[in-house]
Parts: sequence; structure tokens; C-alpha cells
Amino acid sequence: MVSQLDSGQYQLFIGLHLIHEVTSPQAFGMLSDKGLRVAYPGRTFATVDHIIPTTDQARPLQDEMAEKMITVLSDACSDNGIEFFAPNSGRQGIVHVVGPELGLTQPGMTICCGDSHTSTHGAFGCIALGIGTSQVRDVLASQTLAMDPLKVRRIRVEGSLSPGVTAKDVILHIIRTLGVNGGVGFAYEYAGKVIESMTMEERMTICNMSIEGGARCGYICPDDVTIDYLRNRERVPKGEEFDVAAGKWLSYGSDADAVFDDEVVIDGGSIQPTVTWGVTPGQAISVTELVPDPEELSGLDKNLVSDALAYMQLQANQPIAGVRIDVAFLGSCTNGRLSDFEEVAGYIKGRQVADHVRAIAVPGSEQVDLEARRLGLHEIFEAAGFEWRMPGCSMCLAMNPDKLVGDEVCASSSNRNFIGRQGSSTGRTILMSPVMVAAAAIEGQVSDVRTTFNLGAGK
Amino acid sequence: MSTLTKMAGRGVYVQGNDIDTDRIIPARYLKCVTFDELGPGLFRDERFHDSGESKGHVLDMPAYQGAEFLISDANFGCGSSREHAPQAIQKFGFKAVIAESFAEIFHGNCTTLGIPCLIMAKEARSELVKLVQENPQEELFFDIETLQISLLNQSFEFTMKESVREAFLSSSYDPLDELLRNAGAVSNVAASLGYG
Ligand code: SF4
Repeated sequence: MVSQLDSGQYQLFIGLHLIHEVTSPQAFGMLSDKGLRVAYPGRTFATVDHIIPTTDQARPLQDEMAEKMITVLSDACSDNGIEFFAPNSGRQGIVHVVGPELGLTQPGMTICCGDSHTSTHGAFGCIALGIGTSQVRDVLASQTLAMDPLKVRRIRVEGSLSPGVTAKDVILHIIRTLGVNGGVGFAYEYAGKVIESMTMEERMTICNMSIEGGARCGYICPDDVTIDYLRNRERVPKGEEFDVAAGKWLSYGSDADAVFDDEVVIDGGSIQPTVTWGVTPGQAISVTELVPDPEELSGLDKNLVSDALAYMQLQANQPIAGVRIDVAFLGSCTNGRLSDFEEVAGYIKGRQVADHVRAIAVPGSEQVDLEARRLGLHEIFEAAGFEWRMPGCSMCLAMNPDKLVGDEVCASSSNRNFIGRQGSSTGRTILMSPVMVAAAAIEGQVSDVRTTFNLGAGK
Repeated sequence: MSTLTKMAGRGVYVQGNDIDTDRIIPARYLKCVTFDELGPGLFRDERFHDSGESKGHVLDMPAYQGAEFLISDANFGCGSSREHAPQAIQKFGFKAVIAESFAEIFHGNCTTLGIPCLIMAKEARSELVKLVQENPQEELFFDIETLQISLLNQSFEFTMKESVREAFLSSSYDPLDELLRNAGAVSNVAASLGYG
């Protein structure tokens, strides 16, 4: 924190600023309009992810505008002394996958990026904020941000998860429970047994979707899992310096007697594999439930539900299991990490994607791609009928050539099922965990992962 | 910097809770390196079929042409941080947005761009919307100082986030100059964190 501003907001110092080609090039223009330069270029890192094709990344890109966006960004970076993780550098990928895997993301940091899923980095005990382009300009020019103070809601997920239930189901369940605007004005602190026993990758999945619950950011206090993940990463201190840093990092948690503005306790054992049926991430049910009936609601809720059902072409009280899918998408900053592909590979080995399903697996970064290939995962995916693509955001928001066509239904491991999100104004998205995407791909319809893969504890 | 604390203009009501930024400006319009051309993309897929044929959206109704205040429901602007959304709203010709609540990043983006976000409770908003729909040609008037919005002879209360209201009243809604003024203090913080 630097100081309090006239408006009453606080000026927050930003430890790490990540930029990408969609929301940031314009900020450099705003800067030069004012005759300003980047204040701390060593604190900003750039990558390309949103518009990059996943089949052929040879430059110049076929899409002229995409090529221009990359060029403007990379020129701005070289003019200002900002490190740019270009395609084929071995470090390119989705900004929220790259930051953690390189060890740029470190506990206690304030992090921002012109991208709402910056909340992902909160998994490391960071205050990680998505910002708009004018704020990207502010951070470039001053390395600071004007912020209102936030309230903190602790969400404790206690107990343990049943087989087939993943971090994605936990966060979909939380959003379903608290609502898509339940988090407005809050930072979410995730805690409890279930969260503590998660890997860093799983914690990132949780924090990633904080924004989908309306929270300004989400975080998890650093612990030994955090430290073990960071050890030996490229951009963390080495040797003794690491141990010193680790000691400091571990001190950044909430105190045992901390008082929260609100607290919610969720029983992890009650969470089922969860999927969306509508057009917001909060319109979710367990895979064994029926889609809601607008007739049982009143006022605006009734309209919202019936509009969402009409858009999704679903009937009231219909089971969500069994809805036919056309596309299966594995990837994104929510679930495009090595562990996601490893887990799915374990299930799909020796099985086949249904004939009518177009299935793509898109690694979140070049490092994920490289590691997956080293483990031979790409071969397992290809043998099962998935296309193994090059890294990028891909069909998460379809700014590259990967798009739904017409009213296709997509079983997707991404984070948003908004109308038109996946590139077709009538396309339909059903959000779910990576293993549920795998089950849907194989069955050709929304399916309970526990039944498809005989996990025993089904229903 | 001009003050934006008192404004007059006609309103238009776009119904719906949780109107997300993908709907406000579809992702394909994000392929740009400046914000200049975003106006026509506003609510594009809600307003037009893929063929380009109009869907008869409220924004395209003759009665509401030239409206300057966008009125909507709860959690307006949720979803992505894309400043393209408020930029499109501004480039389309809107000067202020009135809703029951706003998603936070969107709200912050609007403020920095000088678009006041007025928060109005459900009942008052329904009455206002009714009046606007009955009198689309009449101008609304709002004053951030008194937190009142009026139309014809009726007056309603709205609220604003206090820091946002302060920012408009003191014309400091774009914080950059102030942030830069503290450069000395910033470099001290940077040095103390080892980022010098
Ligand atoms: S993967 Fe999707 S949500 Fe994540 S940064 Fe890319 S477009 Fe945004």
C-alpha cells in the first residue's frame, strides 16, 4: 500500500503485472498519448494466448488482425524493455498458466492483469486482480492501482470429496450455492480440510472461478504444498535464498484468530459431479438432478430460468444427464494444466470418443504441451479420438479459429457458459470438470463420470 | 477534466439480470488494437441475426434512438474484465448506466472512463423504467451531488459507491495523475520489496 487517494481509495503497489494481446496493446497507446513511459518494466511480463491458433502458429498468422495484435504487443514490449514470452520460446501459454509454472507468481504478491481470471494466482496467497485497460495503463505508468478496500468471506470446505468429484465441482458448487453475484464487494478466502488437501493445480482451478461468483478476487493461504510447488521453478530464488523466501511466504497467511466479514461452511462430502444447465456458471446442478422448472419460480427469476432453458433448448424437469453433445473441449486457464490431462488420460486410455463428437485437448502452455508429450499423453488422447492441439485459450472464448458452429452443444472444462461465449451466437456450453468432459466425450452425452468409469460410489 | 456530476438525457431499458460482457460486446469485436470502432458491436448478437437481419432489439427501436442512459437490472457487466464493454457503451452514445447492481471490474472500468454507474433499488427502478417506457422522448436528469434522478415531475433516489461519487465530485475519476504524483513513495515501496 502506498497511500490513500483523495477519493478515499487506496493506492496499491503491484508486484507482478502480466499482459496479453487482447486488453493491453491499447494501454501502450494511452501511455504514449500522455507522453508517459513504463515505470517498472522488469515487473511486467507479456504473453499471447487469446487469439493464437492451436493448429498452425506459423507467422504471419493467417488472421491479419490477430497478427497485428501480436505485433503491436511485441513491439510495445521491445520498445519498453518488457519480457515477452513469444510462441516457440518455450514459455508461451495462457497467462494464468504461465505465471505460476515459471514461478513468477509468489506468495504475498499483489498481481494484476487485464483479464478477469487473474484471480487464479490467488491460489498462492496473492491478491490477484483482473483489471481493465485503463488500469493496465495505470500500472504500466505507475506500478500502482487505485483500489477500494474489500471485505473478506472465508469459505471453508470441510470433510472430504467423494470419488469422481474434483476441484471444478467444488467451485461450481460454491458458485451455485452463493450465486453469481454473491461475492460482490468481497475477496474469497478458501480454507478447510478439502482445500488444504488439494494440489496447487486444484487450488488454481478453485481461485480461477472466484470471479464467476462475483468476488473481486480469491485466495488460499500459503502452506507447504505451495512451497513444494514453487521449489526449483525457473523464476524463484535458488538454494538458501529460496529457504529464506519460503519462510517469509509461509508467514503470509491469515492469523488463526483473524475475524472475517462473513464465513460459509460447505460439506465437501455433499458435493456431486456438477454441470451447468444454463447461461451463467451459477446455473448449475449435480449431474444426477433435473433442470429447474420456471413454473416453480416467480418474478424475474422465472424469466431468467425460462430464457436460459429456451436458449439451451432444454425442457423444464429434464435430467441433465443424457443431453447429447457435439463438441468436447479440454483446456483453458481453469483446467488446462498438466495434471488435468494426466488425470483424463488415465480414464480414456483404451476408450473411444463417440463418433459424432469433435473432441479437442488444448494444453495451457508450451511447458504443459512439452511435459505431456514427454509422458506420451498426447498419444493416449489421439488414440482415443481427441485432437491434441497447440497451446492457447482456444475454444474458451473462441477468438481464434476454434469455435462452435450453429447451436452445437459443447461439454467444456472452461469457466464461462455465457450466451455466444464459444464463438457462435447460438452455441451452447455445458461447464464441467475435465473427467466429466472425458465421460461426455466417450458417451456422446452428458454422463456421470462415476458410472462411465465405474468409480463405484456413483449416485 | 469536465465534471460529469449533472446530466440530462433520454433513457432506454435493457432487461435482464447478469448481463455479461460477452453479451455486451461479443469476443470477435475484441480483435482490435484501439477501442475506436466498438460502438456498432454493442449487444451485437442480441440485436442482429448472423445474417445481419435485425431482431428488433430495444436499442434499435425508433423511440429509443439517441438515448443516453442505459438502464438494466442486477449484476450488470459480469464476466470478463474487457474494457471493450464500457468502451462500446460509451462509443455507442451512452453517458451513464443505471442498474440494481454492477459487477466490480466493469464498475471500475466505467468510472475510469467517466461513465457514472448509478445504483437503484428494484422498486424505484421499476417505476422509473415504466415512466421511461411510457415517455421515451422525455429527458431524465440526475445529480450526483443530491443522488436524485428525475423524469417529468417524479423524482427518485439512487446511490453510488462512496469512493466513486467522491471521484466524480472531485473530477478525479481518472486516477492516473494522482497515482503518478506519488512516484516517490512508490519507489520506496518498490525498494523495500526488493523490486527497485
Ligand atoms: S483460457 Fe479463457 S478464461 Fe482463461 S485467460 Fe484464456 S480466454 Fe480467459
